[in-house]
Amino acid sequence: MNLSYRRFFILALWLPLLCFGSARAGTYTLTIDEKAVNLTGKPQTAIVANGSLPAPTLHWREGEEVTLNVVNRLKEPTSIHWHGIVLPYRMDGVPGISFAGIEPGKIFTYRFRVKQNGTYWYHGHSGMQEQQGLFGALVIEPAHPHRPTERDYVLLLSDWPEADPERTLARLKKQSDYYNFQKRTVANLFTDLRERGVSETINDRLAWGQMRMEPTDLADVTGATYHFLVNGHTPAMDWAALFSPGDRVRLRIVNASAMTHFDVRIPGLKMRVIEADGQPVMPVDVEELRIAVAETYDVLVEPEADRAYRIFAEAMDRSGFASATLTPKIGLQAELPKMRPHTLLTLADMGPMHVGHGAHAEHQAAVPNDNGLDQPPHADHADHTGHQRHPRPASVPHAEAPAMGSYKALDYRHLMAAAPNRGWRQPDREIRLRLTGNMYRYIWSFDDVKYSDSEPIRVKFGEHIRFTYVNETMMNHPIHLHGLWQYLDNGNGAFNPKKHVINVPPGQTVSVIVIADAEGEWAFHCHLLYHMDTGMFRKLIVEKAEHVRE
Amino acid sequence: MKTYSFNPVELRLLLGSLLAGLFYAHPASAQDDRMIFSRFMAERFEYEGNENLHLFKWDIKHWIGNDDHKLYLKTEGDYSADQDIFGRADLQLLYSRNIDTFWDFQIGARRAFEPERTFDAVIGFQGLAPYFVEVDGAVFITDNGNLLGRLSLGYEMLLTQRLILMPRIEVNVAAEDIENRGVKAGVTEFEAGMRLRYEIEREFAPYVGFDYVEEESLREHHHSVRFVVGMRFWY
Ligand SMILES: [Cu+2]
Repeated sequence: MNLSYRRFFILALWLPLLCFGSARAGTYTLTIDEKAVNLTGKPQTAIVANGSLPAPTLHWREGEEVTLNVVNRLKEPTSIHWHGIVLPYRMDGVPGISFAGIEPGKIFTYRFRVKQNGTYWYHGHSGMQEQQGLFGALVIEPAHPHRPTERDYVLLLSDWPEADPERTLARLKKQSDYYNFQKRTVANLFTDLRERGVSETINDRLAWGQMRMEPTDLADVTGATYHFLVNGHTPAMDWAALFSPGDRVRLRIVNASAMTHFDVRIPGLKMRVIEADGQPVMPVDVEELRIAVAETYDVLVEPEADRAYRIFAEAMDRSGFASATLTPKIGLQAELPKMRPHTLLTLADMGPMHVGHGAHAEHQAAVPNDNGLDQPPHADHADHTGHQRHPRPASVPHAEAPAMGSYKALDYRHLMAAAPNRGWRQPDREIRLRLTGNMYRYIWSFDDVKYSDSEPIRVKFGEHIRFTYVNETMMNHPIHLHGLWQYLDNGNGAFNPKKHVINVPPGQTVSVIVIADAEGEWAFHCHLLYHMDTGMFRKLIVEKAEHVRE
Repeated sequence: MKTYSFNPVELRLLLGSLLAGLFYAHPASAQDDRMIFSRFMAERFEYEGNENLHLFKWDIKHWIGNDDHKLYLKTEGDYSADQDIFGRADLQLLYSRNIDTFWDFQIGARRAFEPERTFDAVIGFQGLAPYFVEVDGAVFITDNGNLLGRLSLGYEMLLTQRLILMPRIEVNVAAEDIENRGVKAGVTEFEAGMRLRYEIEREFAPYVGFDYVEEESLREHHHSVRFVVGMRFWY
């Protein structure tokens, strides 16, 4: 199609929207400033929006034209990134990629039309401001709302450090295991010798020693410095949400941490996962879910009893927890569950590292495809795989839909889009991206090249690209692509769920399909703040449509 | 594959930052992987002695730089309280280049102040060997072209998360006799010891331990066992 025709066509499509849609246009102002807070027993400085920690939850409506004036009252540049939001790239808010940042004393106006609904969040993308408190939730109402739940709450999880984040990074650069106080000791050696036998223990120690790595290295920054928060509240402050018995309660769980994956559970309640990263999924009942940094999950719970429930989010490495209460009456307490012991990484988690460098043997795929699909762990419903192969074709308003399965813990294999993805087809090409790092010196990278030494990844507008992430490190890396969806290839074809963050566990390989449907220059990075900051970052350029023809 | 090419822009950046006051302002973006860091580390800062001998010893390293290029300052030495003299004291200034995940190549100069004022060229390597063995090795080339070597190996055993036992070996060798320095060819000094430290903070850990020391020179030979007490601190 000729370009001017296409422009006309698009304009014609937009006209009715302009007439009806422009009826809703919200203007919001966020003033970024410093604020003294006391969460650790010592006064500290936070970076806040509109004086609030966390930043205020913004409520938008699908189709709305939002105008966001961000006022910088700091002495340093700032920025706000609208995480998971599809928008023109100049509005994406990444300094050095999509705009110049907001200088002290200046105002930047973000303006875009909201084309989606669900639960998202926003955060600073300058320096360490995200770690210093600059994050908040986004709740976007659908254009045609379905039956609302009786209660609707945001649970914004975060990790709050005792030290200045620059100092935290400096400590990691000087001694990368600074925050690990769960290392294996001589006592563990004797326990292992007794329980696992001499040869197995020796072989195991030698293998880890050979790699110069620690199997307890689940998190770089831990509860040794972090206080874990729900909506800005420590467990002692106990943030509480009210319900009446029999209510359906929607919890919008957002992991706004800089570095912490959480295992979330509500003892006594089953959680029905209905949305992942803002996108409706076939409902799945779980007792527990692991939420990677920057992911969001919407769950429904139906507390029947007239008692309080504990919302318990253990840090993945068990160095601490965040907690809140779901209660029919303010002041009612629920029992605090005990933290479970942390798991050790195994040699299998180390994948190619253990096999040896150079020999990148094909190892176990994180997400098996249809033919190789084995039963997800802890599946109670034997017919689950059957559902996966023959997904229900129509989108069901999820609040009413029965669960597709019931599991102990949520797994990416359980996620299936509630409606088929339009335009689903086989990708045009594959880009393999190795997730790499040097734990000893605390350098993180893609393909062994850190950001400052890298070239942008270029794709063409309209291309379907399969990105295959091969995690060659011992850490989980939540990979975030700005502006474009990542369709997780978990074997559900057109029903593959689309996400803005894909967590890749240690030693595993995960594939996603990205449809390059938005022109511009986008940030593409691991969402662990200190990984991004030390090099696990790329610029991804979606080249203009015009260039496709040339 | 990593390339070891010399990057003048990076080096100029590094030197510029070093001269510009060393402290890094908040970056404008959240993806700045060229930051300069520095670490001062007093690995040993101790009293060492037995009934005949009372020494104050130090072993300090300070680096500043980015992931690839660092400037190292190393100083070691001892001071004898009984005789009011420095037994050995030197200062090394090294350029350190990251050449592999766990290894740095180092090149620079050493100035010894006591007992003789000497000046040597240094070529060394530093890093972490498999099985978590910390290695620091160097070859010293004297102004007469004589060769000296130093190798130290250390290992950390965690008794608890904060109580750490650290065995350590250091060997000094000489390729040939050096008359004016009193150095005898072969092993000039052998030191094996053990330190038990308690990390009150990661950065601050007092310790106790012992050293077995054997010294061999053209003038004398002795060996002794010494008790040590000191502290390890860094920032
Ligand atoms: Cu990462």
